[in-house]
Amino acid sequence: MSLPTSQPPHSVAPNSVARVMGIVLIALIPAIVVHIVFFGIGLAVQLTLAIATALITEAIALHLRRQPVRPFLSDGSALITAVLLAFCLPPLAPWWLVVSGTAFAILLAKHLYGGLGSNPFNPAMVGYVVLLVSFPQHLTRWLTPEASGLHPVDLSFVQTLHAIFIGQLPPELTWDAITSPTPLDAVRTGLKMGLTLQEAQAAPTFGGLGGRGWEWINLAVLAGGIWLLALKIVRWHIPVALLAGLAIPAAIMHAVDPGSYAGALFEVTSGASMLGAFFIATDPVSAATSDRGRLVYGFGIGLVAYIIRTWGGYPDGIAFGVLLLNLAVPLIDRYTVPRIYGRAT
Amino acid sequence: MTTRSQTRGGLKLETHKHRSTMRPLRAARPAELLTLPLDQHAGAAARPIVATGDLVALGQPIAEPTADISAWLHSPVSGRVRAIEPQPSALHPDTPSLAIVIENDGADRTHAANQPFDFSNAEPAAIVEHIARGGIVGLGGAIFPTAAKLARAPAKSAHLIVNGAECEPWISCDDMLMRERASEVIAGAKVLCRAVLAEHCTIAVEDDMREAAQALREAVEHAGGGIEVVEVPSIYPAGGERQLITTLTGLEVPSGGLPQDIGILCQNVGTAAAIARWVHDGEPLIRRVVTITGSAIQEPANLDAVIGTPLSRLIADCGGFATEPAKLMMGGPMMGIALPTDQFAVLKGMNCVFAATLRDIQPAGPEMPCIRCGSCSEVCPAILLPQQLHRLALAGEVPELDEYGLLDCIECGCCDYVCPSQIPLVERFRVAKPEVLRYRTMRSMAPEARAQFEAREVRLARLEEERRARLAEKRRSITSKP
Repeated sequence: MSLPTSQPPHSVAPNSVARVMGIVLIALIPAIVVHIVFFGIGLAVQLTLAIATALITEAIALHLRRQPVRPFLSDGSALITAVLLAFCLPPLAPWWLVVSGTAFAILLAKHLYGGLGSNPFNPAMVGYVVLLVSFPQHLTRWLTPEASGLHPVDLSFVQTLHAIFIGQLPPELTWDAITSPTPLDAVRTGLKMGLTLQEAQAAPTFGGLGGRGWEWINLAVLAGGIWLLALKIVRWHIPVALLAGLAIPAAIMHAVDPGSYAGALFEVTSGASMLGAFFIATDPVSAATSDRGRLVYGFGIGLVAYIIRTWGGYPDGIAFGVLLLNLAVPLIDRYTVPRIYGRAT
Repeated sequence: MTTRSQTRGGLKLETHKHRSTMRPLRAARPAELLTLPLDQHAGAAARPIVATGDLVALGQPIAEPTADISAWLHSPVSGRVRAIEPQPSALHPDTPSLAIVIENDGADRTHAANQPFDFSNAEPAAIVEHIARGGIVGLGGAIFPTAAKLARAPAKSAHLIVNGAECEPWISCDDMLMRERASEVIAGAKVLCRAVLAEHCTIAVEDDMREAAQALREAVEHAGGGIEVVEVPSIYPAGGERQLITTLTGLEVPSGGLPQDIGILCQNVGTAAAIARWVHDGEPLIRRVVTITGSAIQEPANLDAVIGTPLSRLIADCGGFATEPAKLMMGGPMMGIALPTDQFAVLKGMNCVFAATLRDIQPAGPEMPCIRCGSCSEVCPAILLPQQLHRLALAGEVPELDEYGLLDCIECGCCDYVCPSQIPLVERFRVAKPEVLRYRTMRSMAPEARAQFEAREVRLARLEEERRARLAEKRRSITSKP
């Protein structure tokens, strides 16, 4: 008899990085479905392009870094980067936008820093922000959602492919005819033009909470997020703190001047608020690591996003908030170490 | 019923104690040859006081302590000393220990000098001295010599905690002992109370040990009360000394300190029972209850076995192997020591032999990089950040490792258990701990002493290097000869 020996513990829970990432991907399905219902099949095409790019880039990067390809390719982390980035892009954005953004995210934001577990910045957000500052015009071309009360154009699958791959719309349509500003953009532009908040939100694109369509996507993201909380894949600290970072200043400003500042409920159900709170800021690799640290980190992202939305140069600020707070993680971690058992405070 | 709540961290593990508690506690069949390593307690190894060929009686001292922290060793049977030679020890399966091997004559001739001891009128110091003579060591796992622990207790310990919160999911030796020999546990607790002049005494069991709690309460009543039986949540590692103290009292043992610093003394229930047998019956620590369990065992059970019995004999007593185990362990799946074979002997500190199949344990898969998910810090009972310690250990950042509390790690394995990247965290931490200890020693030294210490380390390293070079040279000259 000669049995294998190793150090304790000898038994572990059936858990893996691939399982964690897989659950996160499943949690995004409701949001993807709702997105397709409101904005058409474009997202499915974008997802396919992003996933294919991510897997190919990941495989090349692993090969170049002389890392084992199979375990890292199957860990699901590249898939999440791809899905999150595709989710943030307009569904009819040209194919090279999502391809270059995803490749940039995987190659530069992830593997240049050492691959899985070593990237200081959220790769999807690096990819998104690079596209946002390089090609802003393409990132504002959001379609008019179904049920918006306007008259959305229902593009067929082939027409969608045409738009994405050769930038051609059916001859009777123009980009102006099929797109409309996102709710965050509408409020922002309206306020700039001297409208009151109520006037800006009187447009038919606005629904009960945020913009029509948008509010449902955010609620679907929230549903997936709550599922992640229930499975303990994500802990409550970052999502709650991020939403609080948006809602608290919004509530204060709205109370001070209800004519010029949107309320808390609008802020948390618009743009990338829910996606940021539950799926982007919760990327553990680039987030703060202790419970208290995660509260600071999440709140910081929410606050930065609110400031950018309200006074900054972009309609949404979640991506910038995430990257700025990624930058602050070493500092946050340093000052939020919990009190060790048996040690004085 | 008194139940306290667990303070922080830990794991809710599925229990498998019933596998071995279905059958009653019984004595193991005596073996012909008993192997007794001299270093089966914490501290310095004992020194033999018998020679090869000597006749020994059951309970006769055969090795004496060599330092403050060391322990007596007694012959578990009557017979003859067959040899004093290196033998494998389950505490460190790779390196043999010097051991006394005794041939059992089956006569059970007892050592006449071992007599009951009247502790009721004895001074605490005399009781401690007597406990030392019984070779008693902590049976909960740490195998720290009990007398040395008692001698370190403050002049007046306010609170004695007797630990029956056996939290490893497969081990049931303490559970069975409390169920079937509760009066021994209580009698031992009374001796300990007297030895440290304790004002309170609490016996803690896990809340899923109903029978044990019931038996203890009856035994306490029978013995005239004065001891509280408390149930604590069965969350691993509830039975860790520090965790149990905090669960029961709300107090924390200071980092780097001892329970005595906050007026508490903790003793395992098995230790208490061993003390009772020594004080009341004159039987030193020569036997203990061992759980033989796991799906690879035909009929798992708890056996009352004498120290030195071969494991193969105990396994045969339980019907033998049902199938070849995937892993054999001394202890449980969380903190046990893996054994390559069953050719080891029962030690004072052996609570369990766990012959696991792959239905019982899930070995860690291939290691992936840390994704900083923080699952480890959520379950850490010492409130550490294992994800940060791991990063610092890989980078060799010794001062930071100290600051982040590496030495406060109790090696319970909760972090490994939950890690999605399957990182062997505890193993890494064990490797890094000596470096942190060395760093602390250096830092606490005066500059001159530090210079000397460093010079000595350099000298020792050079000597070791030279020795290796000589050895290599020798090997070369031997192999190059025709």
